[in-house]
Amino acid sequence: MMQWETVIGLEVHVQLATRSKIFSGASTAFGAEPNSQACAVDLGLPGVLPVLNESAVAMAVQFGLGIDAEIPEVSIFDRKNYFYPDLPKGYQTSQMYHPIVGPGEVEITLDDGDTKRIRVHHAHLEEDAGKSLHEDFHGMTGVDLNRAGTPLLEIVSEPDMRSAKEAAAYLKAIHSIVTYLGISDGNMAEGSMRCDVNVSVRPKGQEAFGTRAEIKNVNSFRFVERAIAFEVERQIELLEDGGKVVQETRLYDPDADETRSMRTKEEANDYRYFPCPDLLPVVLDDAYVDHLRSSLPELPAEKRARFQSELGLSAYDAGVLSATRAMADFFEGVKDVCGDAKLAANWVQGEFAGRLNKEGLEIASSPVSATQLGELVARVKDETINGKAAKQVFAALWDGEGDSADAIIEARGLKQVTDSGAIEAMIDQVIADSPVQVAQYRDAEPDKRGKMIGYFVGQVMKASRGTANPQQVNGLLKEKLDALC
Amino acid sequence: MHDMTLTELARALEAGEFTSRQLTESLLERIKRLDGELNSFISVTAEQALAAADAADAARARGEAGPLTGLPLALKDIFCTEGVRTSCGSKMLDNFIAPYDANVVEKLKTAGTVSLGKTNMDEFAMGSSNENSYYGPVKNPWDLSAVPGGSSGGSAAAVAAGLVPAALGTDTGGSIRQPAAFCGITGLKPTYGRVSRYGMVAYASSLDQAGPMARTAEDCALLLSAIAGHDLRDSTSVARGVPDYCAELGASLSGLKIGLPKEYFGDGLDPAVESAIREAVKVYESLGATVQEVSLPHTHHAIPAYYVIAPAEASSNLSRYDGVRFGHRCDAPHDLEDLYKRSRAEGFGDEVKRRILIGTHTLSEGFFDAYYKKAQQVRRLIRQDFMDAFEEVDVLMGPSTPTPAFDLGANKDPVSMYLQDIYTIAINLAGIPGISVPAGAVDGRPVGLQILGPHFAESQLLNVAHQFQQVTDWHQQRPAFGKENA
Amino acid sequence: MALEPQDVKRAAHLARLGLDDTDADRYVDDLTRILEMADQLQAVDTDGVAPLAHPLDATQRLRADEVTETDQRERFQRNAPAVENGLYLVPRVVE
Repeated sequence: MMQWETVIGLEVHVQLATRSKIFSGASTAFGAEPNSQACAVDLGLPGVLPVLNESAVAMAVQFGLGIDAEIPEVSIFDRKNYFYPDLPKGYQTSQMYHPIVGPGEVEITLDDGDTKRIRVHHAHLEEDAGKSLHEDFHGMTGVDLNRAGTPLLEIVSEPDMRSAKEAAAYLKAIHSIVTYLGISDGNMAEGSMRCDVNVSVRPKGQEAFGTRAEIKNVNSFRFVERAIAFEVERQIELLEDGGKVVQETRLYDPDADETRSMRTKEEANDYRYFPCPDLLPVVLDDAYVDHLRSSLPELPAEKRARFQSELGLSAYDAGVLSATRAMADFFEGVKDVCGDAKLAANWVQGEFAGRLNKEGLEIASSPVSATQLGELVARVKDETINGKAAKQVFAALWDGEGDSADAIIEARGLKQVTDSGAIEAMIDQVIADSPVQVAQYRDAEPDKRGKMIGYFVGQVMKASRGTANPQQVNGLLKEKLDALC
Repeated sequence: MHDMTLTELARALEAGEFTSRQLTESLLERIKRLDGELNSFISVTAEQALAAADAADAARARGEAGPLTGLPLALKDIFCTEGVRTSCGSKMLDNFIAPYDANVVEKLKTAGTVSLGKTNMDEFAMGSSNENSYYGPVKNPWDLSAVPGGSSGGSAAAVAAGLVPAALGTDTGGSIRQPAAFCGITGLKPTYGRVSRYGMVAYASSLDQAGPMARTAEDCALLLSAIAGHDLRDSTSVARGVPDYCAELGASLSGLKIGLPKEYFGDGLDPAVESAIREAVKVYESLGATVQEVSLPHTHHAIPAYYVIAPAEASSNLSRYDGVRFGHRCDAPHDLEDLYKRSRAEGFGDEVKRRILIGTHTLSEGFFDAYYKKAQQVRRLIRQDFMDAFEEVDVLMGPSTPTPAFDLGANKDPVSMYLQDIYTIAINLAGIPGISVPAGAVDGRPVGLQILGPHFAESQLLNVAHQFQQVTDWHQQRPAFGKENA
Repeated sequence: MALEPQDVKRAAHLARLGLDDTDADRYVDDLTRILEMADQLQAVDTDGVAPLAHPLDATQRLRADEVTETDQRERFQRNAPAVENGLYLVPRVVE
């Protein structure tokens, strides 16, 4: 059996989070009435001209700095000429020869914790197209140009990925960088991030690349993995049956979980790129780039490293907690309030993430704030409440039954009992009420007794309505029971 | 009134000799009477004109009149004018009512001018004779069998015939200066970027520039002061102060260094035109200027370079006319390809199609380097020729055109038509300003003297032209057309 | 460079200009002569000469990221040949 190697390159289109379009003052807000945000420039009316949005430039440069890329002094907009109803001017303004971001690198983390560097060939600015709606308008297609002119950063990787997992990890890394930088909302469902995947296979050990297929518009992390998995299998099968892979554009159909050829008759495209005469060369001086560099936020890789080295978190915890900016910010908020990174990490990844997941919520819409959770964790840390009570408090906070952990602890009387006299009294009562269990305990082999003590702990905790300090209960119970033996 | 210059009309309005409404009515009447034959207007906007004239008179009554308040003019039908058809001389835009004003139109409205209508032109500004208009050819008022030149032929003919004292034109390869020369008026192509292109239907974006066409350099100065300036909506417009061009008319020409490019006096130049130009140069010598020969060695490459660059840009600029959002749409398209192909085949005329095809071909794979890139390299050499020449001299002078206006239908072959632009086209490639002033006549057809200066030398060019018009009367001559009817 | 009828047809297709065969033949003649003229450029020595895209050596000005445009759909669509529910209509696009 021949061993095959998969080669993957990604072109990721990221919608930049500017207020207005790349070349016009129309709004980029999502979800408006059709064509209500398509201004004269976006419609390509006769006589209109483009003027470049400064935020789009700044965001592109920030991305470049975030992946340690070269930022060329001069970048130039070109026209890519083709006809399509969602392309109002008959050309897309893009950057073919002199992109705004030069070569850079993105570090990805794989499931086993290993990291790998994926090279980025370049990233360029361009305008998004509108949308064709194929619902039936008497057999016609409707065109909405609201999206036309939304700034896109197209990030083109080198063919450095060798598995679907690596490709998904790369896409996640890009997602995390752009959301950290705040240059995109990264909302894949709304199309803020879209991805074209180039896939080929070659016999292991062979240097030359195989013929690649381009899978267009794959719009979720999961679909990227599945589309690649399907496509790799398809290509290998084809080759092993003596066939040939055709260089073509394919579409991933998530319902059928397969890719299929987009056009039967492959039309020769000739985009006739040439420098856009309506736009001048964009020149970025060192001072401008340095200014952006100095205001760059901490990025995921740096954050992950700091979580390990400064906060003493495990590689796994640091990875999870730095995966998105929202998660990292929330965690750091909790940590700052409670003053214990490890406890904060446990709570954020445990109770908090679990509840979010269960409710299908994003961090932004969590009913419990980082400060509230931090205050709760602080009460665990100073032993005001025990872990069990803390879970009750968390649930109450989530359900809005109190503004703060302290208020809920107070209202519910959950303060931990640490007075050993009080605990001893409860223990004595439990022992007195459980003659059968005491007799079993006494008769058991000493090495089995450890397990049997659980029953008594449970009873004492129940008697204290969960407020007794479990460690104290454990210790005192053991003393008292052993004294009976 | 129709014989007066803008400057004279401004004084008369100020003095209360007549109102803007009276002036406007009189010119509208003249257009009605004469333009059937001339065909210089595509749309006459009488109603809007009268409303604007009344507003101007009211402003004057309130003491709020500016230097241009109440002055009538016309706009080449390439400038978007809100609520008015803006056809660009094409069937493609015959039904297009512009939903906004071009920057220059906005400025002229603010200044209180009264637009009488939209003038005829070669379709999408592609042509040198105005024979490429969907609305039919324009005739030259000096000789109705001659062309007025193009592409701003309607503007030039309307001014020459006294239908309007001034008009705006655009110039991509000579489209202001050549018709100005053919019609015996003064026309200025400003430095690229001096006047905003926003709202001006694009032909070749890196070459297009709007400018004034009028009877005198002084009038051109008045109009340029109103339309020049930085526009935030045009990335190629230049952020640079606008001088008061009228205030600069008066400097002595003593010591002015004039260069005569030897390439502009070579083969192909009509000897009668040459002698008129040499006479004009003598006038300058009498005003104290010195004259020397200079060379612009890449002159003969300007036409080939232009006919690669301009069609390439045009092929892309004209892709937006696809029958979807505005403009002509064919009947009952059976699929998308059919919609595109038939709408465009029906909406565009022959010359436009030719240039789209040339531009598409030269930009396509395998040809780009040999044509487009090469033409841009040659463009740099052409610009360098001018920069070198302006190291030696202040201005360059020569003929605006190799011959006076030719007969309608005389240039059937596209290439021979292109060669008419030999003296004007390099100026657009270099982006420098140029002005054509009346400087003689051959068999009753006017001859234009072209004066060129370095980037942003409009003040100097206008003054150099103005001084000539202080001592000659070519600019005061009027065609017989319209006279006997006056 | 010689021009063949298929070059004209290819350009016409790229430019979405409907041409019938008679048109195409006529354009082959015209375009050939225009290209012959353009071919004169090949004689110019341009070694080491940078292409000039704009006549002034200016650089791009940047616009502040502000929403300045309001909804003018109704006005703009008055020029449109076919609209419904605010959408521009075109013959069905098959993906």
